[in-house]
Amino acid sequence: MEKMSRVTTALGGSALTGRTMHCHLDAPANAISVCRDAAQVVVAGRSIFKIYAIEDEQFVEKLNLRVGRKPSLNLSCADVVWHQMDENLLATAATNGVVVTWNLGRPSRNKQDQLFTEHKRTVNKVCFHPTEAHVLLSGSQDGFMKCFDLRRKDSVSTFSGQSESVRDVQFSIRDYFTFASTFENGNVQLWDIRRPDRCERMFTAHNGPVFCCDWHPEDRGWLATGGRDKMVKVWDMTTHRAKEVHCVQTIASVARVKWRPECRHHLATCSMMVDHNIYVWDVRRPFVPAAMFEEHRDVTTGIAWRHPHDPSFLLSGSKDSTLCQHLFRDASQPVERANPEGLCYGLFGDLAFAAKESLVATESGRKPYAGDRRHPIFFKRKLDPAEPFVGLASSALSVFEIEPGSGSMSWFVDTAERYALAGRPLAELCDHNAKVARELGRNQVAQTWTMLRIIYCSPGLASATSLNHSVGKGSSCGLPLMNSFNLKDMAPGLGSETRLDRSKGDTRSDTVLLDSSATLITNEDNEETEGSDVPADYLLGDVEGEEDELYLLDPEHAHPEDPEYMLPQEAFPLRHEIVDTPPGPEHLQDKADSPHVSGSEADVASLAPVDSSFSLLSVSHALHDTRLPPDFFSALVCDMLRFYAEQGDVQMAVSVLIVLGERVRKDIDEQTQEHWYTSYIDLLQRFCLWNVSNQVVKLSTSRAISCLNQASTTLHVNCSHCKRPMSSRGWVCDRCHRCASMCAVCHHVVKGLFVWCQGCSHGGHLQHIMKWLEGSSHCPAGCGHLCEYS
Amino acid sequence: MAEGENEVRWDGLCSRDSTTRETALENIKQTILRKTEYLRSVKETPLRPSHGLSNAVSLDGLNKLLAHLLMLSKRCPFKDVREKSEFILKSVQELGIRIPRPLGHGPSRFIPEKEILQVGGEDAQMHTLFADSFAALGRLDNITLVMVFHPQYLESFLKTQHYLLQMDGPLPLHYRHYIGIMAAARHQCSYLVNLHVNDFLHVGGDPKWLNGLETAPQKLQNLGELNKVLAHRPWLITKEHIEVSDSFFEVEALMEKMRQLQECRDEEEASQEEMASRFEIEKRESMFVFSSDDEEVTPARDVSRHFEDTSYGYKDFSRHGMHVPTFRVQDYCWEDHGYSLVNRLYPDVGQLIDEKFHIAYNLTYNTMAMHKDVDTSMLRRAIWNYIHCMFGIRYDDYDYGEINQLLDRSFKVYIKTVVCTPEKVTKRMYDSFWRQFKHSEKVHVNLLLIEARMQAELLYALRAITRYMT
Repeated sequence: MEKMSRVTTALGGSALTGRTMHCHLDAPANAISVCRDAAQVVVAGRSIFKIYAIEDEQFVEKLNLRVGRKPSLNLSCADVVWHQMDENLLATAATNGVVVTWNLGRPSRNKQDQLFTEHKRTVNKVCFHPTEAHVLLSGSQDGFMKCFDLRRKDSVSTFSGQSESVRDVQFSIRDYFTFASTFENGNVQLWDIRRPDRCERMFTAHNGPVFCCDWHPEDRGWLATGGRDKMVKVWDMTTHRAKEVHCVQTIASVARVKWRPECRHHLATCSMMVDHNIYVWDVRRPFVPAAMFEEHRDVTTGIAWRHPHDPSFLLSGSKDSTLCQHLFRDASQPVERANPEGLCYGLFGDLAFAAKESLVATESGRKPYAGDRRHPIFFKRKLDPAEPFVGLASSALSVFEIEPGSGSMSWFVDTAERYALAGRPLAELCDHNAKVARELGRNQVAQTWTMLRIIYCSPGLASATSLNHSVGKGSSCGLPLMNSFNLKDMAPGLGSETRLDRSKGDTRSDTVLLDSSATLITNEDNEETEGSDVPADYLLGDVEGEEDELYLLDPEHAHPEDPEYMLPQEAFPLRHEIVDTPPGPEHLQDKADSPHVSGSEADVASLAPVDSSFSLLSVSHALHDTRLPPDFFSALVCDMLRFYAEQGDVQMAVSVLIVLGERVRKDIDEQTQEHWYTSYIDLLQRFCLWNVSNQVVKLSTSRAISCLNQASTTLHVNCSHCKRPMSSRGWVCDRCHRCASMCAVCHHVVKGLFVWCQGCSHGGHLQHIMKWLEGSSHCPAGCGHLCEYS
Repeated sequence: MAEGENEVRWDGLCSRDSTTRETALENIKQTILRKTEYLRSVKETPLRPSHGLSNAVSLDGLNKLLAHLLMLSKRCPFKDVREKSEFILKSVQELGIRIPRPLGHGPSRFIPEKEILQVGGEDAQMHTLFADSFAALGRLDNITLVMVFHPQYLESFLKTQHYLLQMDGPLPLHYRHYIGIMAAARHQCSYLVNLHVNDFLHVGGDPKWLNGLETAPQKLQNLGELNKVLAHRPWLITKEHIEVSDSFFEVEALMEKMRQLQECRDEEEASQEEMASRFEIEKRESMFVFSSDDEEVTPARDVSRHFEDTSYGYKDFSRHGMHVPTFRVQDYCWEDHGYSLVNRLYPDVGQLIDEKFHIAYNLTYNTMAMHKDVDTSMLRRAIWNYIHCMFGIRYDDYDYGEINQLLDRSFKVYIKTVVCTPEKVTKRMYDSFWRQFKHSEKVHVNLLLIEARMQAELLYALRAITRYMT
């Protein structure tokens, strides 16, 4: 209310009225300016130059200043300004470099008054002196600013911007003689109108062109600038050096900036590209605009507050050929739509969550974090009571801590460090990794490694001859392998246990490797059709029946070659070969449980493993002939990898992938591999396992991954004498021609690895320093420092 | 012969560390000598039919290696490598093997070789540039050697080129080279096409694509039309072009695709620019007997395979049948609009290109032929605006009469040929303009032409994208 009355007094008793409205122009607008009576607005563009009266309900065209038959480039306006002292005086800047003044008081139809053709290139901006009736300033692409006295035919003085294009010029509202100009190279200059020889002050405000600036209407020293770097900066010019007091980051280059009347911290901006909205910012809260006008369909090119003392009416012109009046109360307020909620992970896995208090309160179960109850920074500012966002200013913070130990990933770190991924035969790698896994109590993983070993380096595959000629030998080879298979002994309670438990009739499925839904059914089927001698049944039953994938694929393989009778027999020796002489009773049951063959064969079969009888010998040739290439398992192994990856154990997936290398790689599509690799590398890096992660990168075959450690491998060094960057070589400075990195031990130049103490900055060859430190802990350079290396 | 031990690794030579280079050279020397020995021994023994083929293959392989060595002995920025390469060549020659000889006459057909800086005679700044370029590409190409007249520009040029073609970006590397091929092919620049083909294969591109545009993915095919228009009549680009290229993609991926499109553009530009300059200097044939790349010899490629509609070419903007509205810079210019859009779609590239434009436009040594302390800004502006004028881009604040006063007819012919149909430039044209001027100044002019043309195309393309986005 108090403000309202102030406005009313400022307006001399007649408050502005109106509504949000727009009118269509014939052509895109480049700039607009308001008459001092706040009842008229002038719109200028390439092919438009009109004055509109602002009425309560609509805009009414009052005058078209583009007269004459032939369109002249002098009328192609880049900027327009209405004098704030004289209602009849206007000035335009033409794209061809002409500055034109207009006198509405002229009786003729053509209101053109004077023509200044002094600039060589486009004039970007014209500006009247705020209090002086006849002084006009212009800034042009040609790098000059000119000051005109309208009573004379040509310019009074010329200010040179050193051939840097001028984008904006603005007279200071308070200092009579001062004006600011902004440049394409990012500089802002302050000039005294009486001293054209040199500027009073210059500073770099933006990175890239500064498109606009605006003096604060009340605060003497404040200047707002907007640039291509998408920033709006507010500078305090009263101090010796221009000081940046506020900075607003917008989403597009800033084309215009205008302080909002009567609101000390508000300014309106519009953009030059991409973004069509007009924003009003509170400079103290630079992330969310206080208000937003979304009427325009193309970029907004001109904005003006309708009256210098009324904060609620904003006028704008746009490339979409419309002229708009925006009412502040109709503006959309992004802050209302913003979720005042925050979520963040702490260093140790804690989770902090901040939300509006009202939201949190409704959820009674959770009590807000007691120890540290505070408002997030976003709402912490002390707000002016007049501001519209007071209501949102309270929120609650909850912190969820993880239980100590529960999230421990020590197994991950251990595994990563101890796994062997390359450099040894596959069998050894598998054994080693299985051992590592077992020691960490990860039996399922251990078993997987063991199985991989069996698949890819079982003796039958590795050396066919030994198996072929002597079953006894083959079985003895198989023996140690099988031992590790007796999961019952070593891994009770493990998921894979179920696979061996069939003897109890317990058909709990284990989805790890086998398709359980299929096996469940077939198992029962087998029970029923026992002795029925159906090859298909056999096939399925076997799938279900065994803990090893070997059996899954084996019949498939054998089938086409010998569909009728050899089928079961072939399978048995194979089983024997791996299973060997199993001591446990469940194995026998296991055998008996395979219900697929007719009685006599079943007998042979169940006998076979126990004593290597001739029946086995008789088939061993067939076995050898149809030796199982590991390819047959690759599908299963891939499934297994995917399973691990899905379970979140991408470590296993990647490790197996690396260890098996070519054997499985081709069966998994590149993208999945890449995905696994990146996830694993990411994890490793989070645990600071740089060496392991680099090893993984190195061993990976995926192009996208292996290039990871080839990126940003440059190390920039500065010379230790002149502190300049050394560009060409790392050890000799081009500028001071001295060798920068000398070894403190051998006094030679270090060209390779250079290690130094961060305390005294002496160092040298890695080897030398290491050797030195064995004998002494003092600095080898003799500076007396007790060097510390990590 | 086991392939493994005969594999020659050149990459060690790109190192800045002289010991690394030395080791690499030593390895190369060993390999080459071994091969030579092998060949000699085969030659002495009576020829067996089974060996005939492998013999030819290994001779071919050796020749390729020797050609590369020859290139290194002339063009490597590192002195030790040059000397050692020469030494190896000599020793091979002494063993009775014919070694290749340089074929061309320096990097440019138009500029006499003695006018061009010899490798080894450069100053520190140039050397750094050479070394950078060599480290990144493993070669010093002709264009670098010509552009080194203007090291300041060259630096910016190489940086942009590197960023566009090698650094992280939304497009896969082989796509970028493929687009490069497409763009270069539009102007029938076989050198550049081959260069990009090699790079394309090197980064793992599918050789099948090279059979023609129709074998490339749909996405790239869609670019074909755009490429064509952009290369010859950019003023015809409309937002529909952008839409066509886009409509095949899901809507949610739109922004991403826009960005890619954008990049394609940039690349096209970049390569066209490279091509333009390549042509203006016209040094098409490579310097040596064999292709210096260590991959398989690429058969002379039918350039026209990479584009369709061969009849499509530049037509005078003004005389062009349909009415195309003049492009007004005051309404859409690089500094205000283009830059922001490019940077938004492909971060950092805007900055790089902007820098390049600035350097090219503002480059001056205040000399003109034999005169010193001349303000050349007027002339530079005339050239720049003349090119934009050919593409229908108009500056309100420029008096086009100036062009006629400053640029004589032969120069205009030259400009127009270079900018519109670079494949038709001849040495006569090059010689006939600005007779008294230095070659470096003519190169400077060419740089201006390249950049002005690139900006013109970019402006049209970006305006279409802007319209598409709004």
